[in-house]
Formats: sequence, C-alpha cells, structure tokens
Amino acid sequence: MLMNLIHFVISIWVPLVCALIIVAVLPLVAGYIVLMERKVMADMQARLGPMRVGPHGLLQPIADALKLLIKEDIIPDEADKMIFWFAPLISVTAAMLAMSALAIGPWFQIADLNVGLLFIVGISALGIFGIVLGGWSSNSHYSLLGALRSAAQLVSYETAAGMAIVGGLLLAGTLSTREIIQAQNDYGTWFAFAAPVGFFVYIVASIAETNRAPFDLPEAESELVAGYMTEYSGFRWALYFLAEYTNMVVVASIATTLFLGGWLRPFAGTPAFNFLDGLPSVLMLGVGGYCFYRAPKQPVKVQKLFMVAVGLLMILAAIILAVPLIPAVGTMLPGLKPGLHGAFWFLLKVGLYIYLFMWLRFTFPRYRFDQLMRLGWQFLIPLSIVNVMGIGVALVLHRHWGWSHWTAFPLTTVLTLLVAGLLGWESEKKDKEHVFVGDA
Amino acid sequence: MLDQIVFYFFAALAVVSAILVVTRRNVVQSAIFLITALLATAGIFLQLHAEFLFIVQVILYAGGIMVLFVFVIMLINMDVSLHQLQFNRQWWLGLLLALVVGAELTIAIAIGRSHTAFGEPAPASALEPSTQLVGKVLFNEYMLPFEIASILLLVAMIGAVVMAKKKI
Repeated sequence: MLMNLIHFVISIWVPLVCALIIVAVLPLVAGYIVLMERKVMADMQARLGPMRVGPHGLLQPIADALKLLIKEDIIPDEADKMIFWFAPLISVTAAMLAMSALAIGPWFQIADLNVGLLFIVGISALGIFGIVLGGWSSNSHYSLLGALRSAAQLVSYETAAGMAIVGGLLLAGTLSTREIIQAQNDYGTWFAFAAPVGFFVYIVASIAETNRAPFDLPEAESELVAGYMTEYSGFRWALYFLAEYTNMVVVASIATTLFLGGWLRPFAGTPAFNFLDGLPSVLMLGVGGYCFYRAPKQPVKVQKLFMVAVGLLMILAAIILAVPLIPAVGTMLPGLKPGLHGAFWFLLKVGLYIYLFMWLRFTFPRYRFDQLMRLGWQFLIPLSIVNVMGIGVALVLHRHWGWSHWTAFPLTTVLTLLVAGLLGWESEKKDKEHVFVGDA
Repeated sequence: MLDQIVFYFFAALAVVSAILVVTRRNVVQSAIFLITALLATAGIFLQLHAEFLFIVQVILYAGGIMVLFVFVIMLINMDVSLHQLQFNRQWWLGLLLALVVGAELTIAIAIGRSHTAFGEPAPASALEPSTQLVGKVLFNEYMLPFEIASILLLVAMIGAVVMAKKKI
C-alpha cells in the first residue's frame, strides 16, 4: 500500500517538476535566444549589438521583459475582445505542450509517449490557431492578411516537413523520442547522414513553419507592418514572441532528436573518440576563462563583478560536467554521465540548429509569396516524397538483399539528388515563364 | 476514480461545446467550439490508450481540417452574415429526430446490456503500441481496401484541382 503510494507520488511528481521547469525556464530561454539573435546579427553586420544593460548586454532580455510587462495592454475598439484576449494563449500553450514529449537527455522527459514525435508535430501545429484567430479578431487588414499568409504557409510546409519526418521514422522504426535516439545509437550514425535530403527538406520546411526569415512573409514589415500582431502590444505581444521562439526550440529539438542523434555524443559508438567526453567541461572552462579575461575591461565596477560571477558560474558548470568522468563516480552512479552529458549535447545541438536559423536569416533576402508557394509545392513536397521512396528502397536493399549501409544509402541519396536537380530545373524554368497580372 | 473524473470532464466539454457550435451566431466562435469538441474527443481517445487515434484526431481534424475551415471563414464578411436570417425554421423536426435517435440508442443499450456483457478492460501495461498494430493491420489484411481508398482520395484531389483551375 505504502509502496504503491510512493510509486504514485513519484510517477506524478517527476513529470510535474519537469513541466514546471519547462514553463518557468522557457521564457528566460526565449529571452536569451532573442539576445543571441541580436548579438549574432550585430556580429554579422560588424556591429556590437546591445551593450548597455549588464556586461555585453547580458541583462538586456530581463530589461525587455520588464518593459513589456508594464506596458499598456491596448485592445482595439472594434476587435472581437474575447478572441483577441485569448488568441496569444493558444499559441503559447500549444508550443509549450509540444515540449512535453521531448527527451532532453535520458533524465529529463515529461512523458515518453509511444506516438512522441507525432505528438510534438501535431500539437505544435495547433499554435497556428492563435495566429489566425489573433489576426482575425484584431479587425485590421494588415492583421488579417498576415494571418492568412501564415495559415497558407503553415499548411503548405507542414506537408513537406511531415514527409521529411516520415523518412527519418522509416529508419528508426518507432515514434517514441527515446527509442528514435536509441535506434541511431544502434545504427551507428546519425540519421542526417543516412537521409541527408530529408534533413535538408526538414531544415527548410521548419524555417518556413516557424515564420522566420527568409520565409517571414506573415510579418513582412515592408508590406504588412507587423502582420498578425500589428494590433497587439505589451504582454500579449510578448506572448506571441514567446510562442515563436518556443516553436523554434521545438523544431530544433525535433531535428536534433530525429536527424542529429539527440543526446548522443558525436561518434558515440567509437571508443577512439572517447576524449570528446571531456569537451563539455573544456568548453565551459573556456567560456569561464574568457569571462575572467574580459572582466577587468568592463567600464563599471558592477559590470566587472557581474562578469566574474558569470565566469564562476561557468567554472561551476565545468566541474559538475567533469564529475561523472571520475572513474570512481562512474562506477558508483552509471546513470550520471548519460544524464548530465546527454542534456549538454542535446542543448548544444539545439543551440547550433537555432544558430543556423539565424545565420540563414541574416544571409538571405525575403522570398516573394508566389516564390514561397512554388518552392513548397513544386520542389520540397515532391522531393520529400521521392526521399521517402529512396529510403524505402535503401532499407529493402539493406534488409532483404543484404547490401551494407554504406552502399545502399549513398546510392539512393544520389538518385534522390538527381530528382532534386530535375525538380529545381523545372521549377526555375516555370519561374522565368511566370507572368504577373500587372505586367500583362 | 481519477479515470472517471477525467472522462466526465472531457465528455462534458465535448457535449457542451458541440451544443455551442450550433447555437452561436458568430461563425468564428462556432469554429472555435468545434475545435474544442474535437480536442475533447481526442482527450477521451488518449484516456482509452488509443494514442494513435488521439494524435490522428489532433493532426487531421483539429490541425488540418479546422485550420482550412477557419481560413475560409475569415474571408466571409461577418457583418453581413450576422444579420442574415437563419434558415432554421424546421428546428422542431430536427429536435423530434434527435429525440427519436436518442431514444433508439437508449433502448438499444438497455437491451444490449442484459444480453452481452462488456469485457474487462486490459491493464494499460499489457497493451501493445497501437501505432505499429494499426500499420501492420492496414498494410497486411486491409491492403486492398486501403489502396482503393487512397485512389479514391487521389481522384477527389485531382478533381478538385481540375474544377478550381480555369486553365490547366
């Protein structure tokens, strides 16, 4: 009886704590992704970016959040008040709910559903209602057009992203996030190398799904002011932003889980690369050391102290990450290393994926809407279907005909790339033939 | 106990929002309540450990079809449709039919209960993952019907494109 009760409490308690951590930490993470974005943008444009609040602008997100919280919450007179009021909540709730099936390291997962990946994809797609209803209820043309574009874009690119995911799932043979990562461990490489075309399609489609540049048509400021959130201000506006950045984390996590080996270390199965286990600590030490090096150069005393504190925090993280590497601890608590290092590698990969998003954002100009639709329907969707077929053929060759991985998958990848070339050529030709209504 | 609370919560949510779908005058509000009803049904599926049905309900109905519904509804001029006369003059006939169907179901369940007993539910841990089972059954035993349904859908899709486009 007592054991049952304890078991019940643990089974409720652990997911509850994980959920609370996600809800509490995500706004902070989203804030710092915004800071990272501004810093990356500044770096690529040879500027410094935010520098005033905290050393190197490290406290900027907190200042921004405070400002947004105390701003006036304006609701337009002609708006549908109820829907206007709760539309941002739909977006945020859907994005956060999608996080619940993610496995961030073997320790940290709220629920290991047997439809895990489908759950993440399906629930995060519900966030579109927040955008569409928010845009409609604002009773403004810019908002409505932004919402329409967003819905059209999401529906188009979700198909391509879904088919790309199907390719990865064929390789994994399961939908549970945990087992997908296990499957990559057994398979020997990340699925990004077995299905590079699928990975590419997923990258493009996920950028379009999260409404980010070069596909940020729903909020193209030169055409639509701010798209669906034109009429929003203050906290509600912040909620939309939170949803957008949470969605970025979600798609990055899906890509990490399915294509980049989840919490696995690079070359997880090769003992020759075991020295990579030390990388987390070395990385943290490096960042800490840099903080100490920069601390005396800060202009104000508070900022100097703050920089030293950040450095100490990094050193502490390095020590924590180094603890499981001690042989005695490793034999005593064998779960410690995969738990801590798994979370580190997972978050590192998610971070790199988000960095890729930013890199693309500051590199490419925005697409026109008809180009966006053509890319989605005439290039990515056929390509992703061909990719699924290619992976199917490779799996049959491998499992029934006894070919090895290293011949079957490159062969079908090359074939898929040929098809991609044909599709691209065809699409390009149509682009040149295209006549605008205004031109004729 | 907890199971029952969860079930009655979702059931009540589904019924109430289904009623609101037909009684609201504002089309967008009706659509929102339809989404709620569909999601509540999905919740009941999840409670029955039919995870695959749950996620299909969410992705297809709530995520796919309803997005397109809302998409179209947004383009309707709401002011006009709000002041239009509703063509619900035959509501009494509808009510009568609903009552008849309700009575029929009640009698059927009342009679059926005494003749066939519901089986004991299997423990959750003994259930096999439903996604794999659905896939296996669909592609082994029901391969032909599955393919026929796919062709039907393809024909419908091509038909819709042909009808919508002036010049192909």
